Amino acid sequence: MAQPVSEVFLDSSSAEPLLPDARRAWLAASDAGWGDPLRLHRPGRLAAQALDRARDVVAQAVGARPDEVVFTASASHSAYAAVAGLARGRRRVGDVVVTTAVDHSAVLGAAAEVGRHAVVEVDRVGRLDLAAWRAAVSAPGVALACLQVGNHEVGTLQPYADALAAAQQAGVPVVLDATSALGRIDCAHLGGWSVLTGGAAAFGGPSSVGLLVLRKGARWRAPYPVDDYQDGRWPGAPDVPAVVAAAAALDSWLRMGRAVGERQRALVDQLRTALLERVPDLEVPGDPVARLPHLLTFSVLYLDGETLTLALDRAGFAVASGSACSARSEHPSHVLAAMGSLTHGNVRVGLTRTTTASQVAAFAEAVVRIAADLRSGLDLP
Amino acid sequence: MTAPDLVLDCRGMRCPRPIIEIARHLGEVPVGGLVELLADDPATAVDLAAWCRMRGQALVTADGPRFRVRRV
Repeated sequence: MAQPVSEVFLDSSSAEPLLPDARRAWLAASDAGWGDPLRLHRPGRLAAQALDRARDVVAQAVGARPDEVVFTASASHSAYAAVAGLARGRRRVGDVVVTTAVDHSAVLGAAAEVGRHAVVEVDRVGRLDLAAWRAAVSAPGVALACLQVGNHEVGTLQPYADALAAAQQAGVPVVLDATSALGRIDCAHLGGWSVLTGGAAAFGGPSSVGLLVLRKGARWRAPYPVDDYQDGRWPGAPDVPAVVAAAAALDSWLRMGRAVGERQRALVDQLRTALLERVPDLEVPGDPVARLPHLLTFSVLYLDGETLTLALDRAGFAVASGSACSARSEHPSHVLAAMGSLTHGNVRVGLTRTTTASQVAAFAEAVVRIAADLRSGLDLP
Repeated sequence: MTAPDLVLDCRGMRCPRPIIEIARHLGEVPVGGLVELLADDPATAVDLAAWCRMRGQALVTADGPRFRVRRV
């Protein structure tokens, strides 16, 4: 029996499919950039040059200097390195790590691991409470604070400029998680962060490359043994071809400019409107306006996320879910829980750069039909 | 504490089952009546509060695994 195959991939919040430019750059660098960048021979020099060009691209994208850019193994590795490194550099000041309630689990895990974790709550759309944030970063003994540009599940943008200013005023360095925002919105002028993190999978690069940008002067100390690679900030010879592919993917987004984001924003608006109009008792958490362009999540009352996700897969749509059973966890999405949103029947949609209007319309039709079918079997009043 | 008009024991059930159960049985109590839901799935606290908000019902107490809802 043939396995059902998803034909429309709408899970870019897990990973954007590899961009063609990234694939080409990866293959080319496998031929010409495979050397050890610390060696003086020709293959080594070629790899070092390729690494330098990759740093230039990232530096331009985030408004940093090329020598501030470090390549790690994933966004999660970058999150740990950022949080634990600042905690180590600031341990004389204190051991409190402030995060919001909706930060990525890698950030929350690192915060709980390295110090006393203080959590700033969010409102119904997932936006941090600025007054609570200001109070939290101004408290005594704060080593660092963590903040997202935009949320990876619901897309809500944080008031990052104001939050960064408040932390700066309190003299507290901030780890800014730009994972879901890189390539999607302009990240070159985000404000006064000390460490910025990201991962290439989110923008169509290899999943084996993370970004860690350490501002000069940030009190960051490597929280693991290091060597001579990347100036002692991440150990081991970098996988230069993968790094080159990551930079090519990011460069692709910079060159595509705003057109893709504007198209995705309109498609997400259409999808939200269609679902809210046509599926009773459906919730779309997150800020409908101040949000990342490509993400939308919704929850269908009385349905379970796993059944819904599998039915959509059979109908040809690949989506993720933040409901407990489908996330391989007993607990549902901490983001939805922190917002007080329905956690069951959850579907996460992430448009890719090639998602079309007709695909989005067909997806909405499929949700309407599947939700009605599944509910009809529940004997609801 | 006043006695509830109806007790639904949904311990051991995974979400959304406890929410479906309260939706199915809420009509069995009069308006103003009290339903006690016993549910130990970790998602119950958030999902019951969300259900009450979406369906216009009143969450009276949320002291997991014991939850009380007043029919509005």
